[in-house]
Amino acid sequence: MTDSERTAMPGKGRAYGFGALVVTFIAGIVFWGGFNTVMEWTNTEAFCISCHEMEENVYVEYQDTIHFENRTGVRATCPDCHVPKEWVHKMIRKIQASNELLHKALGTIDTPEKFNAKRLELARNVWRTMKRTDSRECRNCHDYDYMDLTRQGRRAFDQHVTGLDEGKTCIDCHKGIAHRLPKIPDDQASVIN
Amino acid sequence: MKRTAALTLLLAFGASALPGILAAQMATPMRGATPLDSTNQVHDFKPMMKERAPLERAYVQQPPLIPHEIDGYIINANSNKCLTCHSWDNYRSAKATKISLTHFRDRDGTELSNVSASRYFCTQCHVPQVDAHPLVNNAFQPVDVLTGR
Repeated sequence: MTDSERTAMPGKGRAYGFGALVVTFIAGIVFWGGFNTVMEWTNTEAFCISCHEMEENVYVEYQDTIHFENRTGVRATCPDCHVPKEWVHKMIRKIQASNELLHKALGTIDTPEKFNAKRLELARNVWRTMKRTDSRECRNCHDYDYMDLTRQGRRAFDQHVTGLDEGKTCIDCHKGIAHRLPKIPDDQASVIN
Repeated sequence: MKRTAALTLLLAFGASALPGILAAQMATPMRGATPLDSTNQVHDFKPMMKERAPLERAYVQQPPLIPHEIDGYIINANSNKCLTCHSWDNYRSAKATKISLTHFRDRDGTELSNVSASRYFCTQCHVPQVDAHPLVNNAFQPVDVLTGR
């Protein structure tokens, strides 16, 4: 090894190191962008109803409700209510969704009969989550602090004032507003009230 | 021959006059005088009445009217939205009218402890109202017991 070669080595190494850094950086952007794009794609209504379990049951029922069609044309799509907006919560929900993929493969609810047989269990899963998160996804749009109770009807006003006093959360009363309610056995009637 | 001609003439006259006579006898239909083969003017949609005090009965056997909107209220084999306020369980907390005890009796006359299945579908009898004038004016008056006269 000559002297001139020895002195050239560190410079070359630095260039390689810098090159590797740039490549990693760009790869990171591409990977993250790709990851995010795929995740956002799985967060669209078109993706949700690409499974017939969703399209033929809950999505059909949903079309009769005010969150789908109303006078102002503002609407909520599946992920607006069922996927958290915050990144950490969203990731956790997306990982939980892998269980849903398993049951899609198993065909657990692949007929309306099977779906309706499990409707109470599925509904209670969602109710439990919304109760635990203090109806976080509702509040992305419906903020209690900016709700003008005086502009509500008598029934809504009374219920909201009472609800506020009792520390209730949205889902405590607003069950079955976007999808049909399950058959609730008499001995479990309290779950609905 | 002469008689036949006269009869034919009479029949022809009768046949041509018939539509005119029929038209004169027919009352103006509810859709107005617009001929069937043309489109008549569409009336405005009548909005449902917002919630209000209970509406008076027009006759004593009348099922009470619903004085609020019921859009999106589902009544099916799984659930009954009306009963979440009007059932005997819930009417106090909801400050709603409770359903009549007569609804606890089944078709065999057996008294039950809750709503009979035959009375489960509320909107078979109870309906909300729009603020609309009657299509045909009439002189119907409620009986005295309902008006308090």
